[in-house]
Amino acid sequence: MELVLFLIFGFLALVGSLGVILSRNVVHSALFLLLNFLMLGLLYLVLGAQFLAVSQFIVYAGAIVVLFLFVIMLIGSESVGDFVSKGRRVAAYLGMFLALFFFAGLAYAVGVRVFLPPQGAPGFGAIESVGKLLFTEFLVPFELVSILLLVAMVGAIALAHQVWPAPSREPKE
Amino acid sequence: MTITMPSVSLMPYLPEIILLVTALLVLLVDTVWGDKRWLVWLAFLGTLVSGVAVWWLAQGPTLQLQDMLTADAYALFIDMVVLIVAAISLLLAYDWLIEHNEQQGEYVALLLFATVGMMTMGAAINVVTIFVALEILSLSLYILTGFARERLTSGEAALKYFLLGAFASAFFLYGAALLYGSSGHLDLIGIGQNLGTGGLMAGAGVALLLVGFSFKVALAPFHMWTPDVYQGAPTSVSAFMSVGAKAAGFAAFLRFFQVALAGSYAQWGPALAALAVLTMTWGNLAALRQESLKRLLAYSSIAHAGYALVGLAAGNSLGSSGLLFYLLAYAFMNLGAFGVAIMLEKPGSGDVMMSSLRGTSRQHPLLAATMAVFMFSLAGVPPLAGFFGKLYVFGAAVEANMAWLAIVGVINSALSAYYYLRVTVLMYMRDEEAGEEEVAVSKPPVLVFALVVALFFVVIVGLWPSVWMQMAQQAALIFG
Repeated sequence: MELVLFLIFGFLALVGSLGVILSRNVVHSALFLLLNFLMLGLLYLVLGAQFLAVSQFIVYAGAIVVLFLFVIMLIGSESVGDFVSKGRRVAAYLGMFLALFFFAGLAYAVGVRVFLPPQGAPGFGAIESVGKLLFTEFLVPFELVSILLLVAMVGAIALAHQVWPAPSREPKE
Repeated sequence: MTITMPSVSLMPYLPEIILLVTALLVLLVDTVWGDKRWLVWLAFLGTLVSGVAVWWLAQGPTLQLQDMLTADAYALFIDMVVLIVAAISLLLAYDWLIEHNEQQGEYVALLLFATVGMMTMGAAINVVTIFVALEILSLSLYILTGFARERLTSGEAALKYFLLGAFASAFFLYGAALLYGSSGHLDLIGIGQNLGTGGLMAGAGVALLLVGFSFKVALAPFHMWTPDVYQGAPTSVSAFMSVGAKAAGFAAFLRFFQVALAGSYAQWGPALAALAVLTMTWGNLAALRQESLKRLLAYSSIAHAGYALVGLAAGNSLGSSGLLFYLLAYAFMNLGAFGVAIMLEKPGSGDVMMSSLRGTSRQHPLLAATMAVFMFSLAGVPPLAGFFGKLYVFGAAVEANMAWLAIVGVINSALSAYYYLRVTVLMYMRDEEAGEEEVAVSKPPVLVFALVVALFFVVIVGLWPSVWMQMAQQAALIFG
């Protein structure tokens, strides 16, 4: 059962990552990346790490891909269209090779998990154990992260705030 | 499921908490007070109160917060250095903030947050805490770098710093993960006890962590961001990060190598020595050709990171205490040098060209004399603070049977004297060329006060180095 699920999700993840490097349109690339992230999240679920899966969905699929799309919109997707020139083909093949390599690694890891008895501690990667660690052993860094988030918030406001006089820059075409 | 929350006493974190509360107060008060000048003074008061807390903690027994943070003599020494840096930096920024910026509240709050990050780095005894503290510090500095909104170079510097800094953080994290994988521990003592002889995985982890640290304290060849960032950032921010981030970075760097890797000195000692030679030489050679005072100071700060690293590479107790003393001495002289640059810079340009230094002594003899003292101290001329810093770290190298390293250091100091003296010579000896405009200098009282404080300590630390060296030795005792 696990093996079947793994093959389906793994195949789709591979399709996603191939789509990222092969599609001509940058927006399509970003959407393929989303597919890839989602499938990786499902693979985590198959491994029994629900919390990792949910974080994968929220952080990567949710936040990061949206950020990518925002950046693409800001640059303007047409201007990036001819970005993938012939010179980049080598990079594309290299990326494909790396993706296959990554897939092989994942396949090995999951294969070990399917055919051998589980080795990790029970509840590994689940939300209970992560939460427990965060509120006991790693309480101090967990609280320190709140300062980090506060800094990011203050900084975002400070940088986005309109000031006088606006920096001189060339007029946009 | 029930989770028993550990009972923790926040007492060892008291100095940082005081600063945090001050920063939050500044943000709150910023919204209601019309007169923004008081924000800086409120923050200044916060650093003083925090300093009192540091002094108070130093009287009692060593406190510890889980196995994450400590308030030992070493952490408190770093707290002291960083608080002095923060207080002087606030004064340096005062007039620029009032006249050229309308975001005083955010500036002051971010500077305080960065200070909290620096103090936490000195106190952290766990790789996770070191990383979070490093991020608090770095994130605040990225934003502060972009605060000269009227100049595009400032934004460019901020973006460059952010991208490269994020890259370096990733290196640091990979290194931490590999170390965790090979030792099974994240706290420095646990890593030290379980790393054993290491192996490939541990070696790769240490190397990656070294890259992360090297970026933060600007060691060659990971220093490429430094000149652009120091030049683009508001000068008061350059002053703050050139000394504060360096002190905090070296604090965690030294603790990490002395606690977690004490057993494998034979492997990393020579590597750090090579890095020190490369950094000193590269920084000094590049500084020779600079035409901008801020870029010159940036390359000089790279060279100084190299001198300080000699203390770490020596790996003995004199090296550790010498490095701490160096951080203190460097803080005063570099803050002073940047302070003079703030006075000399033309409004809106954000930089000082070497050519515009000509004839400064004619019109502003006291300012030129002050700058000369800072330059002599940076070059390492005897009765000043910088000389004793170099004396201790080079002495440590000799003690560790690395006399060649000390010799390279001395040769480098001689090399650096050229460009430090060039600044002085330009100020004193050259006549104003015909048609040269007058040297415009603004001398607001707060800035003058900050310079006087820096000057006072450069001289005092130089005249009575033993007092400060004893404190540094006390702090280095924790390494046993």
